[in-house]
Amino acid sequence: MDPIETRPVPQLTTVPTGDPRDRGGPAQPLLIVNNLQKHFPIRGGVLNRVVGKVRAVDDVSFNVMKGETLGVVGESGCGKSTLARLLMHLIDYDAGEVIFDGEAVGAMRGISMKDFRKAMQMVFQDSFSSLNPRLPIEDSIAYGPIVHGVAKAEAKATARELLAKVGLRPDLFAQRYPHELSGGQKQRVNIARALALQPRLLILDEAVSALDKSVEAQVLNLLRHLKRHFNLTYVFISHDLDVVQYISDRVLVMYLGEVVEIGPVDAIYSAPKHPYTRALLASRLSFDPEDRVEEPPLTGDPPNPIAPPSGCRFRTRCPMAEGICAEKVPPLGKWIDQLSHLAACHVEDPGSGHTMAGKTALSRPSPAPKHAPKAKLSA
Amino acid sequence: MTKISPVSTLSAAPVSALQPLVEVENLTVKFVSREATVNAVNGVSFVINPGEVLCIIGESGSGKSVTMRALMRLLPMNKTRIGGHMRVGEHEILKLTDRQLSTIRGSTISMIFQEPMTALDPVYTIGHQIAETVVRHEGCSYADGMKRALELLEFVKVPSAERRLKAFPHELSGGLRQRAMIAMALSCRPSLLLADEPTTALDATVQIQVLVLLRKLQVDMGMSMIFVTHDLGVAAQIADRVAVMYAGRIIESGPVKDVLMNPQHPYTRGMLASSVHSATRGEDIEAIPGSPPDMRRLSSGCAFAPRCAYADDACRAAIPPETVPGPGRTVCCFKAGATALAS
Amino acid sequence: MTDMSIGNASLLRLAEEEAPATKVRSYWQMVGYRLRYDYVTLFFAALIIAIVLMSIFAPWIAPKDPYKTSMAFRLKPIAFRDFWLGTDELGRDILSRLIYGGRMSLLMGLVPVVIATFIGGTLGVIAGFIGGSVNMMIMRTMDVFYAFPSILLAVAISGAMGGGMVNGMVALTLVFIPPLCRIAETATTQVRNLDFVEAARASGGSTLSIVGTHILGNVLGPIFIYASGLVSVSILIASGLSFLGLGVEPPNPDWGLMLSTLRQSIYVNPIVCALPGAMIFITSLSFNLVSDGLRQAMDVRM
Repeated sequence: MDPIETRPVPQLTTVPTGDPRDRGGPAQPLLIVNNLQKHFPIRGGVLNRVVGKVRAVDDVSFNVMKGETLGVVGESGCGKSTLARLLMHLIDYDAGEVIFDGEAVGAMRGISMKDFRKAMQMVFQDSFSSLNPRLPIEDSIAYGPIVHGVAKAEAKATARELLAKVGLRPDLFAQRYPHELSGGQKQRVNIARALALQPRLLILDEAVSALDKSVEAQVLNLLRHLKRHFNLTYVFISHDLDVVQYISDRVLVMYLGEVVEIGPVDAIYSAPKHPYTRALLASRLSFDPEDRVEEPPLTGDPPNPIAPPSGCRFRTRCPMAEGICAEKVPPLGKWIDQLSHLAACHVEDPGSGHTMAGKTALSRPSPAPKHAPKAKLSA
Repeated sequence: MTKISPVSTLSAAPVSALQPLVEVENLTVKFVSREATVNAVNGVSFVINPGEVLCIIGESGSGKSVTMRALMRLLPMNKTRIGGHMRVGEHEILKLTDRQLSTIRGSTISMIFQEPMTALDPVYTIGHQIAETVVRHEGCSYADGMKRALELLEFVKVPSAERRLKAFPHELSGGLRQRAMIAMALSCRPSLLLADEPTTALDATVQIQVLVLLRKLQVDMGMSMIFVTHDLGVAAQIADRVAVMYAGRIIESGPVKDVLMNPQHPYTRGMLASSVHSATRGEDIEAIPGSPPDMRRLSSGCAFAPRCAYADDACRAAIPPETVPGPGRTVCCFKAGATALAS
Repeated sequence: MTDMSIGNASLLRLAEEEAPATKVRSYWQMVGYRLRYDYVTLFFAALIIAIVLMSIFAPWIAPKDPYKTSMAFRLKPIAFRDFWLGTDELGRDILSRLIYGGRMSLLMGLVPVVIATFIGGTLGVIAGFIGGSVNMMIMRTMDVFYAFPSILLAVAISGAMGGGMVNGMVALTLVFIPPLCRIAETATTQVRNLDFVEAARASGGSTLSIVGTHILGNVLGPIFIYASGLVSVSILIASGLSFLGLGVEPPNPDWGLMLSTLRQSIYVNPIVCALPGAMIFITSLSFNLVSDGLRQAMDVRM
């Protein structure tokens, strides 16, 4: 611990000390994202002019602390996958900044793109295209180190070592091609590939969504163990609320390209502040057939991100929407530390002018416990 | 011109209440190619009573979708060998001519898919497609078909249905497309609706809407339904009875509450235990080890034995027979009910 | 690696315990396995090899000198003395000319396709991978060539440049660059957007290294299949050029040229006249069928 660091840092997770790659100290967030924005132009017409834009990510700010797992949830089209690619710098952002361990990415005096690429890696959703079908898997894993100047033989040795770490015997699997692997095995290879550059931060974009449930559990266990083993920080993107609850320390909820709620996982799941988060939680399905949902918590689909509603983007589906919601964008509030629980809703802001502002506890239906306890299952 | 009945009196074609609507006996499906034979379904039997919802639960490759496609004979005939016997209503499915089959598809049996775009034609409007189906099966005029299409869209709770009639499939959101497909599937009052993971591709908030809608429609119309899913939560939400499939066999079946709350087969138990639903953060999930078996080379014993903590030599030697642990229940496991399983 | 030593025990429990049931096979091994049982393709591939060998070893195989004329034995029928396939209008041995003619026809069939595959493929991969305005420029230029039917274009180009074999081959190369470029561009655009290419970019791979490791392996297949189909077209157009007097010049033996000169004798000796046509037909059909067989064998879902 740095002796100068005297201010107590409220933390959910213990930051492992002694990582030689650490620069900013334990209180320095590993990743700071400020006002990130990405609008995709829509071209059309005879002259291929820009006729509109998809507001995929709009003014998104958050921090990722060292050693934590930040879960990002939201429905399809909410911009969570675009966010992952923006963070990885696979696509350029229109505005905003990304700061990695105190150093701005790609800036003059900040961290170079080459070093950044080593420090941050991504695991893609298992799909037919997540691995090169023409390469043996050890070559896929060794590719990253080789382009960073590691000798070929050494990179392959590392690849085999990593295969063992993700639970695939190198003597059986190293020479195989992706089509000879099951979905779970392919995802293990994807994880090994991401680890090959010894990253500090791993972005997992729907990394277990395509897997069967029994295999999903194996991969989640593996991810937890790897995190400890390699001293990793995760940004875990998923549409599955149960998975996010299991793996995350903090959760960020997105809706139509915006952050609507962020906070510690228990706070979000036991006392959600934003009506959208409440609806998401109430949409989860219980395993108990007697605990059926009779009335859907929300009606309709999310609106089109090309022309999002004015003011609060959730207001078209919100049971508490009022005039103010159409006029003013609700602010998320100020992030102080890891324990901050913020929601971008006028009801949460006493001075917003919403009639329900301040008396939220009454109007807020608490989500019913959705879990069949373990004891009940094995009875 | 045939007079079509209004939607409010939509109900499934009358079937004798004495006998089950669907009887499947010892169904086997093999996919044969030069390289290998895939034993997709290996002796599946079940019955469904009128107005009952059967959920077939299984992971990818368990044969759940193939079973359902066999019921509608949607599998490519030149590469598929189907054995056993399937009856829906008074129709012996494997003995039908192609002509009879196309009459039954859509009227007696209807199907909805995971991806509505595969069932909807992108070049015609939603209204036109539903009307065409109605005209083909009921022989009414196109105008009446359109009228029925509008009623059906309202029936499946599509907002501003009149406007959506003229919409093309790609102009609708995922949830609306799914509703349009359901409307089309229901247009001729099928007595059996086959649903192949219709909510898997949908967002959580939309999935629950479609599930609630499907259950309501099923009750209102009194039709039977086979619902294929990999999600135990979806099964709990919609099923009357469930059948759990593994490696092309039903390894456990029974009323939904009994099976999900008191599973007997180690695989069903494993599925429930490995769900993140019940996991505690910071602890390992009780995952089922290993991968599903290769359907090209199935062992002679219980297919789950290599992944099962209770397996012994008897399990590896022979396929366990079906036993009845309780009323309406079946389980295929030598170890079911044994003390070894009680935890 | 950080802390490679600790925690190994806990990771071991998560291992995937499975012996490989299948033999490890690379993509090309799979293709080979499939081809082994495709007897039609194998037969016509053997035919192509035979024709190629025949052309290469023509001086040793051909029974007579293909250039030696004889006023005495003009337009003789099949099996006339030791002229097994008869003679042409100048009394030259047809069999020897057919054997030698394979050299010209195969050269005219293969060389333009090989060069066009290289140039068109490179341009297409560049256009597909870089995209944007580079793509626009390359592909719009190709579109201009698409405006003309290929045979007309070939005739126009070699007509403008003058006859001769080299000019004919240049014309054919120019004709085949646009379709090959388009195939390469389409395949590259598809592969470029796949997750594993994104992953390679996220690993910090340079454009050249990504193209070499991840793109080429996945686009060469479709380009190769298409190019193999073009060989038969090339042989046909080359024969057409020779027939019109724009390709190979007399007295060189070439199937197209032979067809052209023998056509005047069609009423005298129809079977002998048809022989060069038959050779063109068989060669072009063989290339076509082998190309189809390759397409089927290489269409492996992975």
